[in-house]
Amino acid sequence: MAKITLSDLRHSYQPVPQGDDDWALKHMAMEWSDGGAYALLGPSGCGKTTLLNIISGLVRPTEGRVLFDGVDLTEVPTERRRIAQVFQFPVVYDTMSVRDNLAFPLRNRGLAGPEVDAKVSEIARMLDLEGMLSRRASGLTADGKQKISLGRGLVRSDVNVIMLDEPLTVIDPHLKSQLRSKLKELHQRIARTMIYVTHDQTEALTFADQVVVMHQGEVVQVGSPVDLFERPRHTFVGHFIGSPGMNILPCELSGGVARVDGHAVPVDNAPPGAIEGRVEIGVRPEFVALAEEGDGLPVTVVRTSDAGRHRIVEVRLGEHRMKLLAGEGVTVPSGEARVRFDPGHTRLYADGWLVE
Amino acid sequence: MSDKTQNQKGWLFVLPVVLLVAFNALIPLMAVVNYSVQETFGNNVFFFEGMKWFGQVLHSERFHAALLRQLLFTGIILVIEVPLGVIIALSMPRRGPGVSVCLVLMALPLLIPWNVVGAMWNIFALPDIGMLGKLVNGMGIHYNYTQQPIAAWATLIAMDVWHWTSLVVLLAYAGLRSIPDAYYQAARIDGASSWSVFRYIQLPKMRRVLTIAVLLRFMDSFNIYTEPFVLTGGGPGNSTTLLSIDLVKIALGQFDLGPAAAMSIIYFLIILSLSWLFYTVMTRGEDRG
Amino acid sequence: MKKVSWVIPTLYVLFLLLPIYWLISMSFKSTNEILGSFTLWPQKFTLDNYHKIFTDPVWYRGYRNSIIYVLINTVISVTVALPAAYAFSRYRFLGDKHLFFWLLTNRMAPAAVFALPFFQLYSAIKLFDTHIAVALAHCLFNIPLAVWILEGFMSGVPRQLDETAYLDGCGFWRFFNRIFLPTIASGIGVTAFFCFMFSWVELLLAKTLTSVAAKPIAATMTRTASSSGYELGLLAAAGTLTIIPGAVAIWFVRNYIAKGFALGRV
Repeated sequence: MAKITLSDLRHSYQPVPQGDDDWALKHMAMEWSDGGAYALLGPSGCGKTTLLNIISGLVRPTEGRVLFDGVDLTEVPTERRRIAQVFQFPVVYDTMSVRDNLAFPLRNRGLAGPEVDAKVSEIARMLDLEGMLSRRASGLTADGKQKISLGRGLVRSDVNVIMLDEPLTVIDPHLKSQLRSKLKELHQRIARTMIYVTHDQTEALTFADQVVVMHQGEVVQVGSPVDLFERPRHTFVGHFIGSPGMNILPCELSGGVARVDGHAVPVDNAPPGAIEGRVEIGVRPEFVALAEEGDGLPVTVVRTSDAGRHRIVEVRLGEHRMKLLAGEGVTVPSGEARVRFDPGHTRLYADGWLVE
Repeated sequence: MSDKTQNQKGWLFVLPVVLLVAFNALIPLMAVVNYSVQETFGNNVFFFEGMKWFGQVLHSERFHAALLRQLLFTGIILVIEVPLGVIIALSMPRRGPGVSVCLVLMALPLLIPWNVVGAMWNIFALPDIGMLGKLVNGMGIHYNYTQQPIAAWATLIAMDVWHWTSLVVLLAYAGLRSIPDAYYQAARIDGASSWSVFRYIQLPKMRRVLTIAVLLRFMDSFNIYTEPFVLTGGGPGNSTTLLSIDLVKIALGQFDLGPAAAMSIIYFLIILSLSWLFYTVMTRGEDRG
Repeated sequence: MKKVSWVIPTLYVLFLLLPIYWLISMSFKSTNEILGSFTLWPQKFTLDNYHKIFTDPVWYRGYRNSIIYVLINTVISVTVALPAAYAFSRYRFLGDKHLFFWLLTNRMAPAAVFALPFFQLYSAIKLFDTHIAVALAHCLFNIPLAVWILEGFMSGVPRQLDETAYLDGCGFWRFFNRIFLPTIASGIGVTAFFCFMFSWVELLLAKTLTSVAAKPIAATMTRTASSSGYELGLLAAAGTLTIIPGAVAIWFVRNYIAKGFALGRV
């Protein structure tokens, strides 16, 4: 178990990086504390796999250091870092049985037979693989194989951190949630740091205590799922998390009042002075509601779609579109309507970042 | 456990292949079968003779001798070329400028027309005017492949290894390259030794590609004609008269189309059954997908 | 296996280059010198052999003809083999196992057996002496080869890759071209090269099926060996020149062959 510190990390895959775009990971400094359940969330290409591989040692960073419990391990190869990694598609040793697969890392490290067997049985039980120990690993389904991959990381007692790189990618949809819960349960039992990389917000938000949102090589926000939802620090976070994502409307700020298309909108974080850069208002559909005549902003209802327990109403204000959620029993007018934003959850963003 | 899907539209996918190959295969095949059961005294006059030729061929000592020589030859080159090819492929660089250089240089022997291969080795191995001949004799070994059957065999095998090992190398190399990096990474994390990596990751993943390499070399070496013919002409005496050479001697030399055709078919059946054997053994217990 | 591993390919390449050096040096010698005595390099360096070849219009036309039919054959073989290999790898259908093995049986007979029947067949359909005839004839052994090699590589790609792509809403052909083919790049590279190679060195059928218009180098290659005695110098020069297109071919596909299996984000 270890605390992982990333200091002044930057990475480029180019031998001679020129502009900003050549850096896969822009400046980053972070701490991951012992035993936490983290999710690295972000769209494809945002640098999360790069970051994962730097932590595990499969990639050496162009700049910066990686420390485990204060010890600089930047130059130390993967096999000595005491990490385990589960990959996007199942990696198992086809010719071996499930038992031999799980025993492999232990045998390579010279553990005695009985010890190995005990550990293997324990982990197999944890992962519901007991009945399959004698079977050939190649005969299992995708989720079974991923469990084996995970198991090989769990058998070793010296593992500091387990990293999962989009592990549910090739799992059948109806088994995904099962495996997800299993992972969460496992984390609670073994209390080791787990870092879960994904582009799926559901996976991230259900698994993690702390979510690290990444966008174009930078960490945009670190926080609990609730934090990310309630108080996104970047429009990207607002947009990426939540379904549907946050509404983002361009606005003008004058005299401490924000206006969208001339209409005044009350916000939570209006600064006293002026703001540099592109100013926008962000408010989640959950905090937009239909209003009475004369209240709020005038809009035109474009479309209503049913999402089970509520309906998603898409409205148009001038040239801007936004969405709001209407619960059961709420009548959605067609054509002209008015909406109001909850001032406690409406915020200003400058160049994408929350104004604070 | 096969996770292929039952899908008859698979036939559509293979149709062009079947048409092109069958077109070339069936019609000439019928002609050959035709010849094998007939007798001719020239003038395009044929008499149906049934299985006479087959019987004659199968009982001929000459055929047995040629077959034995052929089996020995094929056995030896398989045992040398396949492991050698795999070892070389394992040691080739995976990235960088070395890759291109390696690939191009290793491919060169494959690209030389086979009669040129035979001709160049013919001179190359001559004791008085050839580089190899001079070298070996210079080391004190009395070597003359035109007179000594053992030397002829050695030269023949050296030539074949020189010519065809690269085929195995290229196939094995491509097979190795197609193993996803994640396997190597996982092996590192698991603390596996180089030998474990070879045994549990590389070898299993190369199984299909190696099957192809073995089958290809088996079939091609069984049919080999031009190179040994130009090198030794089948000699000294009969010592390097492999099946194909013998066949052509009979067909052209003695103009016996009947026996020749029958021989071709027997020949073909031998290759067919041995290939089937190889194939079944090497893909036994393999799971598809 | 870091430093030591350089030794093995180096030794092997040296072993390969020795006879090739010999071939090239023979091409710069006169036949008399070759047969006269042993000389490590040409004592009387001569360009006669090459001169003869380059001034013979039949030769460079032959060269061109060979390249044409070989390229046609390679393209046809690889193109039809791809969907077929995919079907063998992913689908189960009536007679699939037997069909697969039958394909290979076409490589089991010596080409000599087919020479005369092929001549009759292609003459009958009026394709005698055309590039397409040779290209088609070579399909006999190249297509099975292509299907077998490609199937081998395709079976190494996990099925989940296909299914995941479908889930993401990819159309089949888009999936095939953008995602699937790149993952078997090394297989395609090696298949294309082998088709090129086997077609390029095949002399018997190429000679049998052509006479003037599509006459390949095969004709002139075998001519130098029989009619004017054994013109070794000329043969060596011809042999050296025939290496070049093949070297170019593998140069072109080298990146495909060496391409690793990088399972990109699906």
